[in-house]
Amino acid sequence: MKLALLSDIHANIQAFDACLAHALEHGAQQFAVLGDLVGYGADPVAVVQRVQALAQDGALIIKGNHDALAVRPPATVKTMGDNGAAWTHAQLDDAQLQFLDQLPLIRQQDSLLLVHASADEPALWRYVYDERAAGASLDAATAWPDVRHVFGGHVHLQTLYYRGTGADLMKFMPTPGVVVPVPHHRRWLATIGSVGQPRDGNPQAMYALFDTQKLQLTFQRVSYDHRGAAAAIRQTDLPALFADRLETGR
Amino acid sequence: MKLLEPGAELDGFTIEECIHSGGMAHVYRVHYTEGARDPGFSLAMKVPRMTASDGAENIVSFEVEHQLMQVLTGSHVPRFVAAGDLENVPYLVMEYVHGKILQQWLDEPTRASVDEIASLGAAVALAVHSLHQQNTVHLDLKPANVLIQSSGNAVLLDFRLSCNALYPDLLAEQLRKAVGSPIWIAPEQVVGVRGDPRSDIFAIGVMLYQLTTGELPFGEPQTQGGLRQRLWMDPPPPRKLQPQLPEWLQEVILLCLEPEAAKRYPSAAHLAFDLRHPEQVTVTERGRNITGTGFGTHFKRWIKAAGMHYQPSPLPVQQIGEVPIVMVALPHKDVTDATLYSLREAVARSLGTRPGARLACVTVISPGQTSTSNDETSETSIQRRYLASLRQWAQPLNELGHQTSYHVLESSDVAQALVNYAVGNEVSVIVMGAATHGLKTQRFVATVPIKVAMEAPCTIILVKQTMPFELLAEQAEKLKPAWNPELDAPF
Repeated sequence: MKLALLSDIHANIQAFDACLAHALEHGAQQFAVLGDLVGYGADPVAVVQRVQALAQDGALIIKGNHDALAVRPPATVKTMGDNGAAWTHAQLDDAQLQFLDQLPLIRQQDSLLLVHASADEPALWRYVYDERAAGASLDAATAWPDVRHVFGGHVHLQTLYYRGTGADLMKFMPTPGVVVPVPHHRRWLATIGSVGQPRDGNPQAMYALFDTQKLQLTFQRVSYDHRGAAAAIRQTDLPALFADRLETGR
Repeated sequence: MKLLEPGAELDGFTIEECIHSGGMAHVYRVHYTEGARDPGFSLAMKVPRMTASDGAENIVSFEVEHQLMQVLTGSHVPRFVAAGDLENVPYLVMEYVHGKILQQWLDEPTRASVDEIASLGAAVALAVHSLHQQNTVHLDLKPANVLIQSSGNAVLLDFRLSCNALYPDLLAEQLRKAVGSPIWIAPEQVVGVRGDPRSDIFAIGVMLYQLTTGELPFGEPQTQGGLRQRLWMDPPPPRKLQPQLPEWLQEVILLCLEPEAAKRYPSAAHLAFDLRHPEQVTVTERGRNITGTGFGTHFKRWIKAAGMHYQPSPLPVQQIGEVPIVMVALPHKDVTDATLYSLREAVARSLGTRPGARLACVTVISPGQTSTSNDETSETSIQRRYLASLRQWAQPLNELGHQTSYHVLESSDVAQALVNYAVGNEVSVIVMGAATHGLKTQRFVATVPIKVAMEAPCTIILVKQTMPFELLAEQAEKLKPAWNPELDAPF
């Protein structure tokens, strides 16, 4: 069965829909959303509604730091993200905020462990940006003996960590579209990238497909209407920078 | 695991005899138990040794080979058929390739001839290039892992230590250590760098050294210190051991064996090119030397090697893509000065940004132009005349510092001759004239670029003649004598 892994949508409905369509075309039968549904983007309502519909069909949904921020926006605005959070909070109705609030921080299913940031203290939103942080997350995942695949988002980059012949983890930068075997006798950690806020200089949306029987992971990049998504942000009171960065993928 | 008995069945395959029993694996001939599933070629099953006493690296290298066999394609690797699960009975079923292992040439009492060694080397280099084009570096090339088919085609075996840049390298580790066979391993592999295509070129160099001299260039080191010697040491020149060996072949072999990867052939296609065109090899002191490298040079390199720092390599495809073989097809008649000027400008642009690129200047003459009876039109004198003209045309390009070679092909079908040349020499870019407008043969000549563009497997740059107006007169004066074989060519 093919499971589509989508994370860091950031209220970008154009990118989210393009990835969902791409995943269905490539045989996805199940979906998982690994947090940060909202924040930065212009369409938090549409994205939350889409995710609620997916959840009703059995999709696994995880909470991200921006979801928590939108539910309880900080009283004093310190960062650009804080500024966006208050705006997002105002867009969503109580039921939608309630939906975001009750999302779990971490979920296990068979060999899978899904978490927005690191399995090591998920609520601290630690960034898994290198071998050491990935190692801490994988070590924490040993609390679930069946877990072999830890998948997350948060860092907006596509990376696969694995153990080579040495004691430390190795970092692997995947090529989109290449089917990578991730067999059961090893433990793997992947950051699957961001659907709605790519930050590697390429404006294409990112997600990944995981084949739960063949144990193969395929990182994907999808072109979408990023100019449309940027234009939608410029129609709102959100900072124009949020729109600019969609156009450059930074 | 213990040996499988002939007649035993495993996952739908019937075991025949065991054809190889090595330290890492047993190899059996097998066939589908149900004959209806005949794949159309013979099958071999490789079963890794995996008892408690065998190392964990056996399991990892089985995984690596399994991963790679599934994705490698082409005539230089055995076709992949099936694999057994690592958690049950691990095995790989693949095409059983008929042919002769390169080791057999070394085992024979007489050494192979220079021509035979050159064609074996070129076949291996082309097979390795095909692997590099698939983002894979073999990293364990040795005479036992190269099979030569009766057609002369080389097939590479055993990908247990290989590395494909598109997949996680399971053999990599942070604390880098040497992975490979001590005799053939490249210096950068000794310090733990995996994935540089030029490591395979080093291994081909060791095999060529063995074929020509019967000796091992660096012996068979047993210790880490012994392995590290090749970071700074040149082996004794082959001609010191075999004085009758041609200088060009020593040049080729020692260029493969340069301790620094950046000083070796930049791609296996370049190596194959030299092995197929010995007369075009630029022989330097490296090829002439028969005494070996002196203590002083070795000592300086030894100091440098102590702090040697190797960079991880980019994708193999990217690395070899930066050192293309550029071919320019030069017409030898009915060609205007402006066309010749434009072709040279286009070639300079194609080569300019790529320091390791090499240039092949090619012209095609019709077979009728040479005769065996007349001295003036004998094959060699005609060839010599055209070669001289090609050299003159390329003269202004020499200052760019690219390796350049010159080729006169004889064929009545110009387009086909150019395409065959491009295919046979792994050419990446062909530069040729778009057409020869306003000339009497335009109707026929114009079809050549179209045919080449349609059939060649690489990029074609079709050049339209343009020459700055103010240069027309001046260049015409300069160019006229530089390219005019037809003036003295009798018809």
